[in-house]
Amino acid sequence: MDIPYTVEARPDTGLYNAKVGIWLFLASEVMLFGALFSTYILLRVGAPEGFWPHGWLNIPVGTVNTLVLITSSITTVMAWASLKMNQFGRFKFFHACTLCLALTFVGIKSYEYHDKFMHYEITLKDGRIADGHLVKRTADQVVISGHYVEDRKELFDLRAGGPPHEHTEITIPQAQIKKMENYGPWHTTYLAIYFTLTGLHALHVIGGAIVIGFLWGPGSKLWKTDPDRFTNRIEISGLFWHFVDLVWIFLFPVLYLL
Amino acid sequence: MSLKAFHLVFITASSALAFGCGVWGLKNYWSANGTSLDVLFGLGSLLAGAGLILYERYFLKKLKNVSYL
Repeated sequence: MDIPYTVEARPDTGLYNAKVGIWLFLASEVMLFGALFSTYILLRVGAPEGFWPHGWLNIPVGTVNTLVLITSSITTVMAWASLKMNQFGRFKFFHACTLCLALTFVGIKSYEYHDKFMHYEITLKDGRIADGHLVKRTADQVVISGHYVEDRKELFDLRAGGPPHEHTEITIPQAQIKKMENYGPWHTTYLAIYFTLTGLHALHVIGGAIVIGFLWGPGSKLWKTDPDRFTNRIEISGLFWHFVDLVWIFLFPVLYLL
Repeated sequence: MSLKAFHLVFITASSALAFGCGVWGLKNYWSANGTSLDVLFGLGSLLAGAGLILYERYFLKKLKNVSYL
């Protein structure tokens, strides 16, 4: 059985069917991410003064990840353009680059997540707060590389003026700890929305990478039997990839810079 | 909208982000707590923005025969 309009344009839409399908899907994605961005804005404007974090994320690392995604969009479109010019070898090269860049992005994001999960805020029974990265944890004591603060508010705006905190190794007996919590999504509203937005985005990157990997590997056999249809498949995966990258272009300034 | 058109939208958005980052970095540099890292970030971003515009022109030339639909 032949599936209609996989290559030629449908008379009423002027497009082949998969393109209409992907744009309908992307429209639903806009609504999903749009709702989460709105959530972010409402949470931020509703936060008590001085309690919305600034400078919690590593800007150089985020910048590298932004460059990685922009480059991956360029390699995706180059892969598609190569097929348009009947250069299958070049397509293979560019699509492999896209796949590597996608994996690089996920790797860097995992590093950032790991850093957050190893970062602890420890409230002591005497009222002081120790903040830093976990070095060692035993049944009797916890060792972190960090510093003490008197007021929790000091932890929120890391971009504020004043001398930077000197990080030293601090050993805290378990008996002195009132509360110990890492910088996971449960820690603050900011981290909850940060992990939701970036986690959902990372899932899209992983999903896209699986599709790109399939089209680069076993799926590329279609080129031999139906090159136009295969080229269209690459265009569709490229449209999805561009959408995912465009979401990051909005996420990066909102979460890292503002 | 074809991948070509969406790519142009994406590169335009990316260059806008790069110029925005450039202004942000330089503004931070000239503030009271500015560091050399801020000026590096600002100038690097402005350069990246200009690079993306040049790339966009190259891309338009290379794919001039491909439809926007």
